[in-house]
Amino acid sequence: MSGHNESILREPLITGDNITYAKITDDILGPVENKPNKAWWIGFTFASLGALLWVVAVSYTFWNGIGAWGLNKTVGWAWDITGFVWWVGIGHAGTLISAVLLLFRQNWRNSINRSAEAMTIFAVICAATYVVSHMGRPWLAYWVLPLPNQFGSLWVNFNSPLVWDMFAISTYFSVSLLFWYTGLLPDIATIRDRAVGTRRKIYSIFSFGWNGSVKTWQRFEAVSLILAGISTPLVLSVHTIVSMDFATSVIPGWHTTIFPPYFVAGAIFSGFAMVLTLLLVARKVLGLENYITMFHIESMNKIIILTGSIVGVAYLTEFFIAWYSGSEYEQYAFINRSTGPYWWAYWMMMTCNVISPQLLWFKKIRLSIRATWILSIVVNVGMWFERFVIIVTSLHRDYIPSSWAMFYPTWVDVSVFVGSIGLFFTLFLLFLRVLPSIAIAEVKLLLKSASEQAKMKQIKEGHENKEYVAEYIESLEKFDSVKQEDYAKI
Amino acid sequence: MSDIKYILGSFGDPDEMMHGIEKLQENNISIHDVYTPMPIHGIEAKLGVKRSRIDIAAFCFGITGTCAAFALIYFCAVIDWRVNIGGKPSFALPDFIPIMFELTVLFCAFGMVLTYYASTHLFPGRAPRVMDLRATDDRFVIAVDAKENAEHTVIDQLLKNAGALEVKYNERKYISYE
Repeated sequence: MSGHNESILREPLITGDNITYAKITDDILGPVENKPNKAWWIGFTFASLGALLWVVAVSYTFWNGIGAWGLNKTVGWAWDITGFVWWVGIGHAGTLISAVLLLFRQNWRNSINRSAEAMTIFAVICAATYVVSHMGRPWLAYWVLPLPNQFGSLWVNFNSPLVWDMFAISTYFSVSLLFWYTGLLPDIATIRDRAVGTRRKIYSIFSFGWNGSVKTWQRFEAVSLILAGISTPLVLSVHTIVSMDFATSVIPGWHTTIFPPYFVAGAIFSGFAMVLTLLLVARKVLGLENYITMFHIESMNKIIILTGSIVGVAYLTEFFIAWYSGSEYEQYAFINRSTGPYWWAYWMMMTCNVISPQLLWFKKIRLSIRATWILSIVVNVGMWFERFVIIVTSLHRDYIPSSWAMFYPTWVDVSVFVGSIGLFFTLFLLFLRVLPSIAIAEVKLLLKSASEQAKMKQIKEGHENKEYVAEYIESLEKFDSVKQEDYAKI
Repeated sequence: MSDIKYILGSFGDPDEMMHGIEKLQENNISIHDVYTPMPIHGIEAKLGVKRSRIDIAAFCFGITGTCAAFALIYFCAVIDWRVNIGGKPSFALPDFIPIMFELTVLFCAFGMVLTYYASTHLFPGRAPRVMDLRATDDRFVIAVDAKENAEHTVIDQLLKNAGALEVKYNERKYISYE
């Protein structure tokens, strides 16, 4: 690290002057070490009310069975699987940020990976509860495990994507948790060493006795890199297998080979949107503008344009292939999607997922926090409709017209979904209170190379190319956390 | 002076700390360990710490997972209870691949991380072996064994000249957490 400066052309990842190692710790641990503010309490009240609704709705489903939902003999999967796929998809961005961007050495991930990974874990919890509650007899949930025949059923069918999915989701959840927690150890140790009394004792238990010695760090880095290496194909496999739950069936509109890449792109798309929804608020409320900068927001917006466009191309390809296949069932499924009784859901999906992310090509929109926040919610609304369209419109008009039906959700359907959002936000808000929302150690790594003050020093030393410096200063204009007047005189 | 167990040089900057390590090594003073709030790249080479072999462990665990998954599926679907699904073969290898992959990742991740915890002595509730409380915050600490290196004034001078903000003489190896 010594004697090596990062190129001046790269935008800073930490802004503000007088940032020291101690200040990074203080800034990030502020919400953990102090009493929560009003905004947190308001958010927490609403979120926990939502979580309560979820407990009621899920208990009601367990007690009465899935007859409490609006399912009928034609539409046997609706809001439950829509919610499941939606949550799993949202979870994917966390792993993408923590694993794929680590492999590509994208240093901007360092300040967003922790909260994104937390989001992954909470989203997968929400998804997993859908899986359990849609089983009908959740007390027999262990039947999805390969258990000997004496348990009442045969061995599970290993040719079934639903069994693959059980392995994929449980591996994904447990490996993500492991990755997240191992990364948290040094930061928990930081809290421990600053705390006193009972707090110190509690954090001491959870810090596993971390001391930051040379060997500990060396192995830590090796472990992180390998975990990133195996999590990358893992995250792709999870949504691939989720898509195979549909693609290996013979239902028109589901039986397509395009599903795996299309679902994975959609997952990353919705996941990044959710990261933005959470972080744009968190950075403001927790005062983390110097660490989660406009550069981070713009980078995430660029990923949203890319994945949103992939999703758009997939929608069009699907439509084209339905026509080109010559199969009348396939053709009808798509005509029915776009012009049938669920046309509004289809066009909602098209507008939210294909048209709205294209607005991010405009720099002004991409750099506006308000516009980005609204678009991030629009994207997730669109992605919910995508799953709803795929699932319900393919099922509601099956091969026998006499059994055609519509799906109407009951209050239980709605409450389970709204409640799961409450559960997610409750967990996320609790996370912000008890654990550092930014990986402290990883951000400290950037201080001497990629911070605004380090670059300022480089400029002042005067060895940098004038053109490059001018370009760098121009790139700072978008930052809301940079004092522009400091650069006026240079 | 005889009660002193460890001499700690506490630096505010990683580059100065690296300089301090060089200075101590030039004077043949052995370094017990270095505690830092973040990973320091290149420090292993300087201190002669061997590269971690955890990747070998990870590979072994991963391949165990692959074999375990194959063995499980083969036993269930081919040996123990064949199910006739439209006359298709029971030994359908392509269908086995997703679970074989998932269990490879699962075994690799858990095996490797548990190996890491075991080899680094990390487990819930372990009393932290900490020499300086600020080593997890904003200080980069070089620890020198005071019994092995007798010339304490020389060490003190070397550390201060290299830029140490503080030199501590600890009479106990670790700060008590009781």
